[in-house]
Amino acid sequence: MWKSLALVFFSLLAALPLQAAQQAPDVFMQQLSNELLEVVRKDPAVKAGDLQKLANLVDSRVLPNVNFQRMTASAVGPAWRQATPEQQKRLQEEFKMLLVRSYSGALSQAKDNQTIVVKNFKGNPDDNEVVVRSEIRGGSEPVPLDYRLEKSTDAPGGWKIYNFNLLGVWLVDNYRTQFSQEINAKGIDGLINTLAERNKANSRK
Amino acid sequence: MQGLSQRFTWLLLCGCLVMTGCASTSGGNPLDPFEATNRRIDAFNDSVDQAVLRPVAKTYFDYTPTLLQTTVQNFFGNLRDVWSVVNNGLQLKPKETVETGMRVAVNSVIGLYGLMDVGTPLGLQKHPADFGQTLGYWGMPAGPYVVLPLMGPSTVRDTAALLVDRQGDPWGYINPVASRNQGSVLRLVDKRAQFLGFDDRLNEMVLDKYSFVRDAYLQKRRAQVRRGPPPDSEDEQENFDRPDKNISNK
Repeated sequence: MWKSLALVFFSLLAALPLQAAQQAPDVFMQQLSNELLEVVRKDPAVKAGDLQKLANLVDSRVLPNVNFQRMTASAVGPAWRQATPEQQKRLQEEFKMLLVRSYSGALSQAKDNQTIVVKNFKGNPDDNEVVVRSEIRGGSEPVPLDYRLEKSTDAPGGWKIYNFNLLGVWLVDNYRTQFSQEINAKGIDGLINTLAERNKANSRK
Repeated sequence: MQGLSQRFTWLLLCGCLVMTGCASTSGGNPLDPFEATNRRIDAFNDSVDQAVLRPVAKTYFDYTPTLLQTTVQNFFGNLRDVWSVVNNGLQLKPKETVETGMRVAVNSVIGLYGLMDVGTPLGLQKHPADFGQTLGYWGMPAGPYVVLPLMGPSTVRDTAALLVDRQGDPWGYINPVASRNQGSVLRLVDKRAQFLGFDDRLNEMVLDKYSFVRDAYLQKRRAQVRRGPPPDSEDEQENFDRPDKNISNK
């Protein structure tokens, strides 16, 4: 009896995020942006520039909404398909570390008067891949910040980010040239090592 | 100074043409046939920046009042807006032209020659535009990527457009020349100071700064000259995480 009750209870729990899932993509991005800005503003450690704390925050709040495997694959380009699963895993770990650090750095400089305004979604919400546009406001010039999202059943909001565009530059695409330079010169393991060295150097600072 | 900087730009332009003549495009990036020369100029720019510009900008940032820095940014920003109005007009963008134009009017009059930014709180936003963007908007190709000495990333088209941009810069008509030059130095230092946090971060996140900056610059310029709102699938986003486009990876 208790066993089956517990089972019902847990399956209900498991079903909860599914019920909340699949928001409109612009609503989802607005919520995520607001939530992040609010946490960054309220946390004294983060305000004081604690990058480690901020990185943890990004890990728990942002990464569940990101398809990092796809992001890495896209930055690596065609060579991704030749990489072994182990290499893919390492590439993903190192690239994640690199991006989370720079993203945390950028977040830590968010000013109190800055807001992120997501523009109304004009595409078709039934599409599996959509673009959501937003602007960082507060300075004299609005800073455009766009996202590419894909539908995902295991993401909290029903969408996962797989690319983003700051000031007209798709960041993941911008990595492709440098990654392929490394791969052409030193192979996939060479790229992994270079990324690992860069992360080590960064964390020593 | 006006004459001098104009001659300087001409010199750069001729340099670009000479380079075009002897460019060898063996296996490199087709958008960057002068990569070897560009990398040398880039390294030169970096060393000048590290030795002079960055330290001066850091001192300026750390030791002058924030209010002064904001005022300097407002003032030169307003001058830049004047030229943006003209270029938005040349690109026949009514909303951008009117909004930036009203910004200039409000900031110049109520904001005391642009020292205060009254336009932003009123909802009048900047829409920066330059002549290179105007040329691109009307279909002129960007041409090869070039790194200009002391000025950084550009393309052949944007370098040529600099000649016109200089004519459209109100500060270039300030007399006496001594005050004009002092102001230009202040403008440069202030501009550099705004990127102080950013350059450290950039160094942390890239493997090869040269190609990252180049690709970002070219991508950004392409986005700036695009007609109308950006399409939602500007370039096909191939999902390399899938063996085939039609097969889901789940």
